[in-house]
Amino acid sequence: MPTFVYMTRCDGCGYCVDICPSDIMHIDETYRRALNIEPNFCWECYSCVKACPQNAIDVRGYADFAPMGHSVRTLREEEKGTISWKIRFRDGREKNFESPIRTTPWGSIKSPSDYEAPAAAAFKTQELAHEPDALHIDRLPTLAPDRLKQGLI
Amino acid sequence: MGLFGRRKTVYVDSDILVVGGGMAGCGATYEARYWGRDLKIVCVEKANIERSGAVAQGLYAINCYMGMQWGENQPEDHVRYARNDLMGLVREDLGYDIARHVDATVHKFEEWGLPIMRDPETGRYQREGKWQIMIHGESYKPLVAEAARKAATTVCNRIMVTHLLMDQTKSNRVAGAVGFNVRTGDYYVFRAAAVIVCAGGASHIFKPRAVGEGMGRTWYAPWSSASAYALPILAGAKMMQMENRIVLTRFKDGYGPVGAYFLHLKTYTQNAYGEDYEARWFAELRKTIGDYVDRHPVPTCLRNHAFLEEVKAGRGPIRMVTKEAFQDPHKETVGWENFLGMTIGQAVVWASQNIDPKHINPELTTSEPYVMGSHATCSGAWASGPADYAPGEYQWGYNRMMTVDGLFGAGDTIGGTAHKFSSGSFTEGRIAAKAAVNYVNDLRNNRPRVAESEITSLEKEIFQPLETYRVHRNEIVAGSVSPSYLLPLHGLQRLEKIMDEYVGGIGAHYTTNAHLLTRGLELLQMLKEDIAYLGAEDLHQLQRAWELQHRVLASEAVTQHTMFRTETRWPGYYYRADYPRLDDTDWHCFTLSRFDRRSGQWEMEKAPVYHIVD
Repeated sequence: MPTFVYMTRCDGCGYCVDICPSDIMHIDETYRRALNIEPNFCWECYSCVKACPQNAIDVRGYADFAPMGHSVRTLREEEKGTISWKIRFRDGREKNFESPIRTTPWGSIKSPSDYEAPAAAAFKTQELAHEPDALHIDRLPTLAPDRLKQGLI
Repeated sequence: MGLFGRRKTVYVDSDILVVGGGMAGCGATYEARYWGRDLKIVCVEKANIERSGAVAQGLYAINCYMGMQWGENQPEDHVRYARNDLMGLVREDLGYDIARHVDATVHKFEEWGLPIMRDPETGRYQREGKWQIMIHGESYKPLVAEAARKAATTVCNRIMVTHLLMDQTKSNRVAGAVGFNVRTGDYYVFRAAAVIVCAGGASHIFKPRAVGEGMGRTWYAPWSSASAYALPILAGAKMMQMENRIVLTRFKDGYGPVGAYFLHLKTYTQNAYGEDYEARWFAELRKTIGDYVDRHPVPTCLRNHAFLEEVKAGRGPIRMVTKEAFQDPHKETVGWENFLGMTIGQAVVWASQNIDPKHINPELTTSEPYVMGSHATCSGAWASGPADYAPGEYQWGYNRMMTVDGLFGAGDTIGGTAHKFSSGSFTEGRIAAKAAVNYVNDLRNNRPRVAESEITSLEKEIFQPLETYRVHRNEIVAGSVSPSYLLPLHGLQRLEKIMDEYVGGIGAHYTTNAHLLTRGLELLQMLKEDIAYLGAEDLHQLQRAWELQHRVLASEAVTQHTMFRTETRWPGYYYRADYPRLDDTDWHCFTLSRFDRRSGQWEMEKAPVYHIVD
């Protein structure tokens, strides 16, 4: 469809509507559940599938080139920091994979204003935030202006 | 409009407005806060920054990392690589600037929690290729979005920005942006001292290979609607190298990436008869493009060229030989996880067609063309370079400022910096933001002002498609055919057909000439006139209507630039059949354009290329 929503699992929470980058997951006014209103603008990015608390959203590959009978299901577990995949082929073969998604607690990134404010002189240098330390080398590289010339290489 | 009452006008004032919350926009927002502790920093995004932009579904590699801490590469090396891949034409000052900062960005990503794979023997980041490192990047975008949310004063999600605002007294100075909330229908007016455009490049300007349900499975995201170009073009900013569209060789139908397959898994391509076909076409190519074909690595467009010629010769399909590599369980896992991490649709295609690359060598194809600024291509705005070394002709103001005062850009928006990818786009956002903070601080109280009349007239223009639909819908019984309006999808399909047939799409074997381009421009002009009759049934369709307008304007720029450059610089991306040779005498230069909003005319000029001389 590519994504579609199972009638009996969706409770109309709208998480998919909130996350869809293509703005194609909407709430059906009659059924009060989600649906994909524009399957031909779906990238199969799985953002809605991953966000659905009811596992109500699945993907059926694009009808113009994907034969039926397959499935690619996923479970993204933020607390565990993993994502799991189950791929089922049209002929029934299966493959399973699991990957880490994050190594630190969610919400733990520091705001840039939590770092010491830069000195006045730093504004006119070429260094960006956290440099040169974050580069893991002594200093930011630069070029001598006369190394840039017109002509063929 | 919603059910209740009238549309509201919401004013959002800021010092720095970041338009688009993808990789570049998140980088800009983060850096703006670091330098502008007391500034009001607003990031506006048409979707939700948690999953927006090209990295919404994740990435399995970071394709731009020097590894300076281990002496792996220096910024100059990356400049030479990008220059070589783009047949000589990149902004080397800008590319060097990204390369020298990008490692710090990647180290920050790792500190924030991005799982970067390590080589078990050396302890360094696991290299996929010379420039690429491998990551478990399913949550790459949520992670970067978390950093941006911590930095921003406000993140405005679900607001489609349609136009930039200009200062009422100084016509070449930006003063903000306008758009609408795709949920509430409210009109948004962002007044800002500086604007950083970090919007997306262009998918769906050329007809895609799949035109049914599968038209959504373009290589670049379907939500990349050319706002990166339309916003600066309408503001009168100079654009560069818009002819430099990219064609991708990818796994068939899903457009799954091939980088890890070539570089890490060491798979290779062959024709239907099991032959290596590239060398035979390179010999012929030498006659039209000279020794560019002998450079290493072979430029992306030239490898496409060999693929295309082999298919035209009737020896397709071209396949990726995976059966050997996939016998190794580790490589098999990498091969699949590579898709699951960034192009899940390819895994869906393979599952549906019973393609297990351990037993079947999968088919490859060449995509429809795209226009963007961060991959093996570099269309975009013409921007001022870094103060410490950029040549005079590349320096007229603050770093990454366009030719419009106060208007900055990063990512797909800025031209000339091929191969920056996700990490480089984030880095370029940071570079632009520090410069924008300096610009705002230097302005002090000399802030831009917007004429009320401009705000009012743009409001009428933005919401007109809703009104057009409302007025004319009842002329017809039902359905999509009206004598009074076009729906956004109608306009998009017309655009894609024009670009495909006249400007070098798949249907024309990526080939065009001056006659075709002239006719293409005539048809584009009629499409632009018809856009006044777009009808939008609801706010979602209003978003589609404005995405279409951005795509049409970018397409016009692509066509004008393609007409101007009378040579074939990038065979495999496109061909000027009337000028089939690469011409370094006349065309070792950048093409620049400027659109005059009042007259509707385009002015074209050439700009010099400066190389890092060894």
